[in-house]
Amino acid sequence: MCSTCGCNLTPGNRHLLEPPVKATRPGTSPESVLGGLLAANNRQAEANRARLDAHGILTINLMSSPGSGKTALLEATIRSMREELRIAVIEGDLETENDADRIRALGVSAHQITTGTACHLDAHLVAQGLDNLDLDAIDVLFVENVGNLVCPASFDLGHHRNVTLLSVTEGDDKPAKYPVMFRASDLMLITKVDLLVHLPEFSTNRAETFLRRLASDAPVLTLSARNGDGVAQWQDWLRRELDGYRALTHQKRTLTPRIQPDGARPHRAENPQVRFVPVPGASDARIQRR
Amino acid sequence: MHELSLCQDVIEQLTALAEQHGAAAVGKVTVRVGALSGVEPVLLEHAFLSARTATVADQADFQTEWVPPRVRCRACGTEAEVVPNDLRCPACLSHETDLTRGDELMLASVELLVPDHGPPAAATDHLHVKRGH
Repeated sequence: MCSTCGCNLTPGNRHLLEPPVKATRPGTSPESVLGGLLAANNRQAEANRARLDAHGILTINLMSSPGSGKTALLEATIRSMREELRIAVIEGDLETENDADRIRALGVSAHQITTGTACHLDAHLVAQGLDNLDLDAIDVLFVENVGNLVCPASFDLGHHRNVTLLSVTEGDDKPAKYPVMFRASDLMLITKVDLLVHLPEFSTNRAETFLRRLASDAPVLTLSARNGDGVAQWQDWLRRELDGYRALTHQKRTLTPRIQPDGARPHRAENPQVRFVPVPGASDARIQRR
Repeated sequence: MHELSLCQDVIEQLTALAEQHGAAAVGKVTVRVGALSGVEPVLLEHAFLSARTATVADQADFQTEWVPPRVRCRACGTEAEVVPNDLRCPACLSHETDLTRGDELMLASVELLVPDHGPPAAATDHLHVKRGH
């Protein structure tokens, strides 16, 4: 997958490969700069989080398959909470402004990121999104990630909570099939439950059972953006998270998702075992040429 | 996940290790890949073949060591190996478990090819070193 398609390059981090970087490191090929990408992403994510915390903006990363109702959830949330909360949205899609247009139609600020071919958002792209929003006028920022149950789980954006949507048309075994993504969820939201009458094969209990098998105690809520079922419980969750976040930021602390993505951890050797093999005639010259 | 960029990270570490120990090249590398790391060993092995070109590891033999998830149960204390999509305690079926291994991605061991007068002694003092014969 990503090892061949180059999807770890996004419009937000591509600059790391461009001439200024190479110019400062003579002899460095574009490939060998790639190694720093995750480290660079994590530094940017920390900077994003500090910036969001300075403005007291609870930031929620929405992840799911394409078409599971992320934008519809945002529309329902904005319609029902805009008197209470100042909401803004960063939208991630490969192409089109369609989702941001849907959000703006409700009178809410939205910044659309089009990632081109990249299958996820990264911290640099989100930083550009933050530059385009009035951070003094936001209580809750939703980052609608690119629809994908694999790659978005691996990139820290500087957000505070992960919410994973699972629509009932997708099948209730998604947490078992995509454990890395669902294990990272702070809330699993089962969407389109108005369609359950047509889908006897989908069991919300079974979906929750598969999530629990990932040793997750994350809450599970059901919701229909179309008929409003479950929206009140979702609002309650959001209010609780915002209260908790504000209590933490008052103490100069922050909130991070329950499981940090793999990309957020340092991929460094922790005491690798080193074995030396003497080679007659081996020259020291080769390593000098770096 | 993003196997090529991870391999580049490994190459950087190998280059640093080789420089530190005055090695001419890397003979063998083993990377430990946890089942919940989001990384696919086969893709990592393929990516390494592209990443190693014109580096200190360009002849290196690359191996991955698959690490299945292991959990410790908060309820009954059992520690056991489990599968990636079922991290419950196999003894009491509690889902209140902590992952003790299986999400790591780590450079586990490295074989350095050194000139036959051996590595500089001072550089190896702080490392756990097994001498080759």
